[in-house]
Amino acid sequence: MILQKNEVAPDFTLFATPDQKITLSEFKGKNIILAFYPADWSPVCSDQMALYNEMLKFFKNYNAEIFGISVDSKWCHLAFSQSRNLHFPLLADFESKGEIARKYGVYNEEEGECKRALFVINRDGIIEWSYLSPTAINPGADGILEALETLNTK
Amino acid sequence: MSLKPAVSNTDHAQGNLNADLVIVEYGDYQCPYCGAAYPVLKELMGQFGNQIKFVFRNFPLSEMHQYARSSALAAEAANLQGKFWEMHDAIYENQHYLNESLLLKLAEKLNLDIHQFEKDLENSELAKKVDSDFESGIISGVNGTPSFYVNGKKFDGGAEDLFQLLSTNEE
Repeated sequence: MILQKNEVAPDFTLFATPDQKITLSEFKGKNIILAFYPADWSPVCSDQMALYNEMLKFFKNYNAEIFGISVDSKWCHLAFSQSRNLHFPLLADFESKGEIARKYGVYNEEEGECKRALFVINRDGIIEWSYLSPTAINPGADGILEALETLNTK
Repeated sequence: MSLKPAVSNTDHAQGNLNADLVIVEYGDYQCPYCGAAYPVLKELMGQFGNQIKFVFRNFPLSEMHQYARSSALAAEAANLQGKFWEMHDAIYENQHYLNESLLLKLAEKLNLDIHQFEKDLENSELAKKVDSDFESGIISGVNGTPSFYVNGKKFDGGAEDLFQLLSTNEE
């Protein structure tokens, strides 16, 4: 089952680029958005990562960083990022495959991919909001902004 | 998911402005899917325009589409000279050739005051309008372009499905 509000966000260290890793716990003090998604290279204009890429300045206003996560390798992420001109990290849940997605309860065993799921994690590393989307549907960003708004007013 | 904020007189609208049926499109001028939807919407308005108030809001995916934002600004600048829909249509009709000099050529073709048009492209009020359209799309749950809203509710379908909806209404 997908991790819920008020649960501790499991820590992880994953490749963000071919030679750089990102550790979640190093971002304490910031709000974090985790966007698990099935695969790089989905159809263009409705692409979830491309949408978030346009929204970075809105996320910044909420002191939030966003990370995309899929089971694609760091090299695949690099090519995808370059092709879409993405300005935020894509993390590779690649070895062991899907390990982090499993910890968050959003691994699709049948496809061997992450499910499409969103988490907003507060400054103390606690999950504020989580959402499991139907795989075929890009969940957009309204839920993320609402969750960030709630955090802001606390 | 519902449309926030609701349609108001700051929106660009065409068709029957008093119609009970209000369709809002969030679109990107360079998005090929919006380009494909354009002729379908044109036909929709040709056939059912007396029953529909049709609103266009900007949702430029600027990082992906190099000319999406300048096109949105061009349509807003044309609006200041009373030719929003003319520019909107001209851009979609020439989407394959889109670049900044094309936007100027279209402005000339529409007999806009070019000096004023070029000045307006730099107008920060227009940039704000494009940004606030985009932001309203985000909070309304736009997840790609084109996204449609029918009477304030997100419509899970494309232009063809809208056509279907109207045709069924007719029967």
